[in-house]
Amino acid sequence: MKKPILWHGLLAAVLVMACASWGLAGDLDAFKGRKGEIRIAGGTAHIPVMKEAAKRIMTLNPDINISVAGGGSGLGIKQVGEGLVDIGNSGRKPTDDEAGKYGLGMYKWAIDGVGVVVNPKNSVKSLTKAQLKDVYAGKIVNWKELGGEDKGINLYTRDESSGTREVFWKKALGKGEISSKALFVQSNGAMKTAIANDPYSIGYVSVGHMDSSVAGVALDGKAPTLENVKSGEYGVARGLYSNTKGEPTGLTQLFINYLMSDEGQALAAAKGFVPVK
Amino acid sequence: MMINRDKTFKTALFICAAASALATLLIFGFLLVFGLPLFKGGQFFLLLGRPWAPGQGMYGFLPMIAGTAAISLLSLVVAFPISLGVSFFLHSLAPAALGKILKRLVQFMTGVPTVIYGFIGVFLLVPLIREMFENGSGMCVLSASLMLGLLISPTMILFFSDGFAAVDKKYIQAARALGATRVQTLLFVVLPNAWRGLMTGLIMALGRAMGDTLIALMIAGNAVNVPSSLLDPARTLTSHIALVSAADYHSMEFKSIFACGVTLYLLNAAAVIAIRRFGAVGKDKAHV
Repeated sequence: MKKPILWHGLLAAVLVMACASWGLAGDLDAFKGRKGEIRIAGGTAHIPVMKEAAKRIMTLNPDINISVAGGGSGLGIKQVGEGLVDIGNSGRKPTDDEAGKYGLGMYKWAIDGVGVVVNPKNSVKSLTKAQLKDVYAGKIVNWKELGGEDKGINLYTRDESSGTREVFWKKALGKGEISSKALFVQSNGAMKTAIANDPYSIGYVSVGHMDSSVAGVALDGKAPTLENVKSGEYGVARGLYSNTKGEPTGLTQLFINYLMSDEGQALAAAKGFVPVK
Repeated sequence: MMINRDKTFKTALFICAAASALATLLIFGFLLVFGLPLFKGGQFFLLLGRPWAPGQGMYGFLPMIAGTAAISLLSLVVAFPISLGVSFFLHSLAPAALGKILKRLVQFMTGVPTVIYGFIGVFLLVPLIREMFENGSGMCVLSASLMLGLLISPTMILFFSDGFAAVDKKYIQAARALGATRVQTLLFVVLPNAWRGLMTGLIMALGRAMGDTLIALMIAGNAVNVPSSLLDPARTLTSHIALVSAADYHSMEFKSIFACGVTLYLLNAAAVIAIRRFGAVGKDKAHV
């Protein structure tokens, strides 16, 4: 008498699981049965989302190979324009010049803030924009002047091809000067490591990359948090773009579609960005 | 038959040698052609005097030349005594078994990727330097030179050891027969006769130090600034090229890195010539 119940139970469980997995993999279904390669490079803020999306796709279908590299927004646009990669990411909108020259298809799939960060041990957690400008111009050189310890300020910045730098420079510094004493790091990840390791540092990083290893600094009273970026209260923000040469085709198109799908947008939100849909 | 085969072999080797020499020349030519817009009309020297401010149309790279010179020369200063000491020890003072292990270790070290040294630098050396010297971030000329010194030491040690091993055994036996101690033999017989090996080791190590990108990129701080002290951050020509190569292909900024490439090439050549010159003088003295 017990046997049929057990079988019914099992059958029900299998059905539920099948439905669940079918439902979950919905947006990934398009990748089933496909074969090939997608090469992605450029903006370093994009990397966590790109890697996770690539992992999900490659787990579902091992016949697809997706490579994700950094290099900065400028490099992403350049490489996709020259056909070296399939998707070139940028943390800024490509300029009209770039878009025209290469005939770029531009897909904005999230909004990201750029937050000022210091080491968590630093007691300075709030600055005015004017103070920040003076710090980056090299006019304020000691944390004491900002209410912190009597220690020199170590400035960190990114190179000119960084989209994060571009947005920070325009919207937080008001195109102000960056001191020649500033130290350069080459990605959002490297910036986070540098700030987390240097107790007297100040830098800027994608809000999506912020975690407990660094402390966000409020600008004019507005903290660089996901909520404040979402509500528009924190103004130092930009779109995250994935660019293709012309209209995307084949797997590249599927990848862009996935970023724009419910699942892709949920992934962007989970990694600390504001989804566009 | 035999002669024919000999000839074929010779021709094949000649082609190999010519190809590698040609490649070096071609690279130089390539850099010159791409950097040409900058060299025309003496703009090159104008470049040197100006600051690096791509936003304002100025592409000077004097700070990077200073950075490369400071970091690579200092790394030689760090590595030379260590390498000489270790190769002395390997050659005549170490017990056979220990010497063998040590030599294997050194050989292994030449193969460690520079990114690993860079990583260790970021997490161990930089915080140490920062704590030791109160001010500054620890990302500076000193940190990069120390790490680079460690990177180039194995190369130097191997060349030095080979130089010592190439010294005619009869000289050493003669010296020992005259009652010289191991140290005396080393200083007065082996060292003067191993001059060529020492020079080659120095050249190879300096070339590696100048050409290395990652260590300076990761721990020298990359500030565009002529360093005025050991604790100042600096940017080398190589890390500058790495940082700027992401710029727009058609921009002046991108073109200027070819000029950096030419400069690096010339700087390297100048250093090799200088060491050879100095080496030749030293060798003459050794034989007097």
